Amino acid sequence: MSLKVTPLIEQHRALGARFIEFAGWLMPVQYEGIVAEHLAVRSRAGLFDLGHMGQLAVRGRDARAFLQFVTPNDVDSLQPGRAQYSMLLYPTGGVVDDIMIYLRPDREEYLVVVNASNTDKDFQWLLEQCSHHPEWVVEVEDISNRTGMLAIQGPLAERILQRVTESDLSTVRSFAAIQTRVAEVPTLVARTGYTGEDGFELYFPIEATVSLWNRLLEVGRGDGLVPVGLGARDTLRLEACLPLYGNELSPEITPLEAQLDWVVKFQKGNFLGREALERQLQEGVPRKLVGFELVERGGIPRHGYEVQLAGRRIGYVTSGTSSPTLGKTIGLALIERAAVGIGREFEVIIRGRPVRAHQVRTPFYRRPRRRIDKGVES
Amino acid sequence: MVDVRDGLRYTRTHEWVRVEGDIAVVGVTDFAQSELGDITYLELPEPGTKVTQGESMGVIESVKAASDIYAPTSGEVVEANKAVIETPELVNKSPYDDAWLVKIRMSSPDELTQLMDAEAYRKYLAETAAMA
Repeated sequence: MSLKVTPLIEQHRALGARFIEFAGWLMPVQYEGIVAEHLAVRSRAGLFDLGHMGQLAVRGRDARAFLQFVTPNDVDSLQPGRAQYSMLLYPTGGVVDDIMIYLRPDREEYLVVVNASNTDKDFQWLLEQCSHHPEWVVEVEDISNRTGMLAIQGPLAERILQRVTESDLSTVRSFAAIQTRVAEVPTLVARTGYTGEDGFELYFPIEATVSLWNRLLEVGRGDGLVPVGLGARDTLRLEACLPLYGNELSPEITPLEAQLDWVVKFQKGNFLGREALERQLQEGVPRKLVGFELVERGGIPRHGYEVQLAGRRIGYVTSGTSSPTLGKTIGLALIERAAVGIGREFEVIIRGRPVRAHQVRTPFYRRPRRRIDKGVES
Repeated sequence: MVDVRDGLRYTRTHEWVRVEGDIAVVGVTDFAQSELGDITYLELPEPGTKVTQGESMGVIESVKAASDIYAPTSGEVVEANKAVIETPELVNKSPYDDAWLVKIRMSSPDELTQLMDAEAYRKYLAETAAMA
């Protein structure tokens, strides 16, 4: 199978990117280096090509009722021009995908942004759910092929993006979205992201991808804006404890196990997966996702590595890395509930050797909050 | 462009060797460090460890991946570089100088003839790049 590429493949090559295969796409993993790019996003700003992500449009008279049924978060509370983190769940409570839902500010349509690896699966899943409810007037369309997506993230993201944006970005709150023009291109600008920093995600007609990318790099250069690859995207999201589908979330892991209880709104009424999750809530989750730090050297705890307590397997690592911001080796692990507790130790088996770790509070990194000086909290 | 130093011997697994009498000073090449990216961890053999040419004697790990370090020549490890274990990013900054990894007292110095010189290693890198 040949790999898919985004419209920016030549730009990445010219910038000296190294590439990896990710979810069937050939994507830049790094340009200057993962650590340098990571620190640039924490201290200045970074630009991400997210052309591999999937976008689905959900519209029609019963779009809201439909989304309310197929997701665990409360879509009724989602106002126009706002974003909501949510999921698609199997009836077992396992996760089809984790998603971002935007209710467009300018029309009655939901934009559902999904993981690259899951775009087809999610689309088919949603069509299947539609077919079980012929009474619903709802249309689901895969608009990935005509939707461009970039992210600009970091403390200087607003300042840089403002230079080419028609509307005032200081009034756009966290998890809000406006329809405006960026470098003349009609764009949905959302204050959302996957880095733990302030920043924006941009959705626009795919033909404008190259010109927007170039223009943003140009107007951001003086502020130290750099292109950022998937390598730093992963270390950034892990420091902020944002889950990665396939690691922290999967068909075998429920949101209750993955520390994402807040996404599940039992009081909203019926939704797919509800019964299973209610049962799990009553019985208590068998295992839980915890954050840990290595307390001795031993390498990087990577996805799938075994976690032991006194020589007995109690779970496994879902993600791990050497944290550029903290200078520590950190990770997330899914372990037996009985072993959970801040400060409690376990061993991670790295290349056959047990390496000591202790559980710590998450997220590992929380950005310094900006003073609330315009009545706007970012 | 990656740096290949004249006067060193090279393995196909991207270690370099500088010969000082019966001692082989060993490190990884500029190409290796640039492929791995930010190095975060090194596992090196303790002094006294016997190593065999072509066999794994340690691990070098970056944010991206972990790789084996192979002994470029057989013998006994007489010293491991403590500074580079403490500060693995030295490998990125100075792969041929500050970030030497171990010193091996060679048991069969003849083995060195199986390694590449700088010219051959440059050619080898060019071929590797062409295949990628």
